[in-house]
Amino acid sequence: MAMTMTEKILARAAGKESVAPGDLVMAKLDLCLGNDVTSGVAIDEFEKAGFDHVFDPEKIVLIPDHFTPNKDIKSAGLVKQMREFAKKHGLVHWYDVGRVGVEHAFLPEQGLVGPGDVVLGADSHTCTYGALGAFATGVGSTDLAGAMATGEAWFRVPETHRFDFEGTLAPYVTGKDIVLFVIGQIGVDGALYKAMEFTGSAIRGLSMDSRFTICNMAIEAGGKSGIIAPDNTTKAYVEGRFRRTPVYYTTDPDAWYEKTYSWKAEEVPLLVAKPHLPSNIQPAAELDSVRIDQVVIGSCTNGRIEDLRQAAEILRGRKVSKDVRCIVIPATQVVWKQAMEEGLFDVFLEAEAAVSAPTCGPCLGGHMGVLAKGERAVSTTNRNFVGRMGDPGSEVYLAGPYVAAASAVAGHIATPDQIGGPAPGTSDFGGGRRQS
Amino acid sequence: MAEVVLRLGDDVSTDAIYPGRFMATVLPAETPQYCFADLTEFNRRLRAGEILPGSVVVAGRNFGTGSSREQAASCLKGWDLVIVARSYSRIFFQNAVNLGLRLVICPAIEADEGDELEFTPDAVIDATTDRSFPSEPLPPARQAIVDAGGLIPYIRMRLLQERTR
Repeated sequence: MAMTMTEKILARAAGKESVAPGDLVMAKLDLCLGNDVTSGVAIDEFEKAGFDHVFDPEKIVLIPDHFTPNKDIKSAGLVKQMREFAKKHGLVHWYDVGRVGVEHAFLPEQGLVGPGDVVLGADSHTCTYGALGAFATGVGSTDLAGAMATGEAWFRVPETHRFDFEGTLAPYVTGKDIVLFVIGQIGVDGALYKAMEFTGSAIRGLSMDSRFTICNMAIEAGGKSGIIAPDNTTKAYVEGRFRRTPVYYTTDPDAWYEKTYSWKAEEVPLLVAKPHLPSNIQPAAELDSVRIDQVVIGSCTNGRIEDLRQAAEILRGRKVSKDVRCIVIPATQVVWKQAMEEGLFDVFLEAEAAVSAPTCGPCLGGHMGVLAKGERAVSTTNRNFVGRMGDPGSEVYLAGPYVAAASAVAGHIATPDQIGGPAPGTSDFGGGRRQS
Repeated sequence: MAEVVLRLGDDVSTDAIYPGRFMATVLPAETPQYCFADLTEFNRRLRAGEILPGSVVVAGRNFGTGSSREQAASCLKGWDLVIVARSYSRIFFQNAVNLGLRLVICPAIEADEGDELEFTPDAVIDATTDRSFPSEPLPPARQAIVDAGGLIPYIRMRLLQERTR
């Protein structure tokens, strides 16, 4: 029977020859994940239920990233609870401040997730790992508690929706614009419960970092998972990095898609999602009357090295507007070191942007850049719901790093072209396109 | 009969139900105080005990969109609210089932604050307007978890069955 790659991965994990959409399967988990806002309750539930050991101490990853370095006494308590649980159960993958990073940038970078995996994470953006050709989906704390005990979970095999982009992307257009475009077309519940498979020459032409950005925001269209077929770009990323043996699945040519959407890559402009839904998109170039107070460049969506290079390409030789605070947050220690070695921090500091330690921080209104009433931010993060970054009277406009950096310079929403492109004589890092 | 105490639109996010700034508070005994914290009057009424257990929140499509935070389900459960929505976001729905929060899937529900609702196995009846709206049963796999009293009791039951087999 012809299957999509999502179906093949779930069939393998369920020990079946084949599965079809709608089937309920009990699948073995290759990895479970919790963070500092979800693990506490999972640990409480785990212990309350009387479980005395985890199913496999090598397959549970606990990542304190949302409120770390601990923002207050309560968050310190949550991380302490994780630390003690990790020690008690001998968890191999416990990472503390100084070693940790934003989970969905950190796990792929460290080779903890890879092609063919089934991953259950107590964080909605767990869908990010689909960029590697894995099935990865977000759950809550109680599901994580059950998974930590049994190493299995029930899944309803999702129908797959295909999103095809053929052609060449316009300058500065990256994975962020593609995924905002999709969410804008289908709405925030347009792929509810579905696997979202991204295909086409424009997707194949993207770097891994841009692919992570796309799959990261599948949840913003309601998706259960996002996925991109592994290819040479995936293999080059995974080799020497992934700690287990990758299994590369691709969709059969005659597999069934519940829906197929096809667009020309050229149709995707530089986009912004206006308050208060990620689907509320408009071309960035039309929004230059929107004044801003803050720019955030970072997060599990856009805090990887390529994102920082794109921001630096625009900020090099320029200053952040006097009316704007620009906060750059490399997503992991490795990204941090690389950015430092490439001289990107010189660019940010000379532009008068602040550079922070890895954290989710402002994305969820936690710390490190919370907004006051009436304030407005352009952010490379993933959600712009009411009150997401602070006061319920504040506003978040979502964009990619190019638009975020250009907006920081202009003091209003702007595209790179509207501020004159990269500074003369600076190199072009190649945007979201694959480096050859 | 249960009174509609809050009526909301489509795409109510987990940030609206339980704002991110309170996320370091995780215990189900403590999360209810921040339930709909930014709807200040509704939150005040909850904390003042002016809203009866079993009261209803009516919403449109995609209730609970966004984050996996279980606080969004535990804070509603803490006040014993019943949610009647046209549809639910996936992770929120699953969290609610896992915690035993009462949810009704009612694809065409229309009701105003102050209306009195009755629940039958396959419909929600607005006794105030005398209109009936079909409701959908939970999927069987989800119902089994609810019947067991939540996910953890369900898993314990399964493990016990395997050991005694």
